[in-house]
Amino acid sequence: MTPDPLLDVQNLRTTFSTDAGPARAVDGVSFTVGRGETVGLVGESGCGKSVTALSILRLIDGAGRIEKDSHILLEGRDLLSLPEREMRDVRGNRVAMIWQEPLSALNPVMSVGDQIAEVARVHAHASRAEAHAKAVEMLRLVGIADPEQRANEYPHQLSGGMRQRVVIAMALVMSPALLIADEPTTALDVTIQAQILELLAEVQKRMGMSILLITHDLGVVAETASRVVVMYAGEVVEEAPVRELFADAHHPYTEGLMRAMPRVGGTETRLATIPGAVPAPTDWPHGCRFRERCPYAWELCEREHPPLYQIGAGHVSRCHLAIEPERRAHPHVPIAAATGAGAGE
Amino acid sequence: MRRLLAARAAQAVVVVAVVATVVFALIHLAPGDPFGAALESGRVSPEVRAEWRARYGLDRPLAEQYVRWIGSVARGDLGWSFSRNRPVAGALASALPNTLVLMGTALLLSIALGIAAAVLQAARRGSLVDRGSSALLLVFYSMPEFWLGLMLLLAFAYELPIFPVSGVVDPVMHEYMGTWGRFVDRVRHLALPALTLTLLLSAAIARHQRAALLDVARADFTRTARAKGLSPRAVLLRHALRNSLGTTITLLGLMFPALLGGAVIVETVFAWPGMGSLATSAIAQRDYPLVSATAIVGAVMTVAGSVIADVLGATADPRLRDA
Repeated sequence: MTPDPLLDVQNLRTTFSTDAGPARAVDGVSFTVGRGETVGLVGESGCGKSVTALSILRLIDGAGRIEKDSHILLEGRDLLSLPEREMRDVRGNRVAMIWQEPLSALNPVMSVGDQIAEVARVHAHASRAEAHAKAVEMLRLVGIADPEQRANEYPHQLSGGMRQRVVIAMALVMSPALLIADEPTTALDVTIQAQILELLAEVQKRMGMSILLITHDLGVVAETASRVVVMYAGEVVEEAPVRELFADAHHPYTEGLMRAMPRVGGTETRLATIPGAVPAPTDWPHGCRFRERCPYAWELCEREHPPLYQIGAGHVSRCHLAIEPERRAHPHVPIAAATGAGAGE
Repeated sequence: MRRLLAARAAQAVVVVAVVATVVFALIHLAPGDPFGAALESGRVSPEVRAEWRARYGLDRPLAEQYVRWIGSVARGDLGWSFSRNRPVAGALASALPNTLVLMGTALLLSIALGIAAAVLQAARRGSLVDRGSSALLLVFYSMPEFWLGLMLLLAFAYELPIFPVSGVVDPVMHEYMGTWGRFVDRVRHLALPALTLTLLLSAAIARHQRAALLDVARADFTRTARAKGLSPRAVLLRHALRNSLGTTITLLGLMFPALLGGAVIVETVFAWPGMGSLATSAIAQRDYPLVSATAIVGAVMTVAGSVIADVLGATADPRLRDA
């Protein structure tokens, strides 16, 4: 939304070939991340948010590929047209990533110090000693006590929270312009989650990088992001500044996510769920992809795939309610709930 | 680590004792005795044979023989070899180094070759190189060692006489060679038997190592390594290879007895005067003390092999060090 965004993803389409035909995991996604901004990328499992993240780093391999008309501009340069060698200079250097499972994301047979130092060795061509010093410095930066000692330890010797701090330290070595955090707190205890989010906010303040925060947890987004992109079935379905989204969510899917969020002091004894599940990416439904789970869907939703309607300043929504808002007053039972098809999630 | 070693040492004593007992029982249950061949030749009268049996205690009940034998083995006395007419310990001392040289060479070469092939295959997965070398290694993997040995002999000692047919050194000329000449002589004699074992073993190592590498290539931490901006080569060599070595180390520990068995056959084919040749001739001649002693040595080597594999495994993977 800023005039000169750091990251500008345009019409990203990532397809995997499967036995059931091509799976359009990410299907025409566009969004931007401004300099120093934190953007939340939200959606349930299977909506394509992790594939979006991996596509930005071009780490899609095997059966997957990014379609030709996609563009990922970082500081004005299209990452998708870079030769692989130049792309390697971007990874871990300009764009770094932190992962959901810190234990499996770390190499079990390499000391954490060496794993952090490796980034400085590759990108800054640091000597062994310089790189080690850098690793210790990074461990201190992410709040690990006794960093000289910890640098020589292996991932299995650290606690879950400390491992995630190591992963963050590894990502921050080169002061990247963009940090992609893929569910960074999902695998951690609730108390540790808050610490990690605080740490991210703190290093962002200090280093000034942008963060793309991928999560299924709107609570995490509310605390950290300034803008939210909601994905569903491989598409962006809503995008809004975080306050506006929480005050006035437009898309029925976002509404559903909000209602599924536990609230302190809430009166409901059971959390609401969205009936049904995300359809298979090999077979996106015709028309609106959320239609069968939607309490407002009508025949237009089946006939026409909704475009992104402008709702307000910086607020877009992929829902036909934008042109017939009065229908929101008359919800019905969604098809998925009525037939019980695909229920479970 | 120290606790692990102590436990394994205690285990080793038990294993060796059990193997010694079983082999003792088996060889005594087999028909014949050390003097059978001599008796049947007609040169020895049954009276003389009975006297010999009495002299060596072979006329005593089996239980008594066993107790006396295991007692002396426990004291470090392996007894007297009938067929070699020398102490068993002496016969072992001249054969064991030959076997260790053969097995050690084959082991080192096959680890190097097997891992190199696996890395190459994993790096070029699905390519012609991968499929071609996999197929070739499968051919070696499925060959019986005696046949491969004979084919190598036919090719490189007979059709193209590059290497000698048998033995450890040239029986005549070795005495007259200088230091360098003697070394070359030994290497030339070692070449074919070591190559036979190496081809078989490296095929097994390469197959398992390739699978292990491809397994690790799917792991999250290899993706992390790529996200750090590492080249595919660095990801493979620095991250994937070390993580996959555990499989090969375990495999080698398990394959050690098979390697020993293979060495026995290869030694026979190439008339290599090692433990294998010693054991086969000892069995043929019912040389009870020597048969039992070779079995004990085999058991010790097997246990040692698995202990070494454990130690190496713990070195490669820090998670095993605290176990």
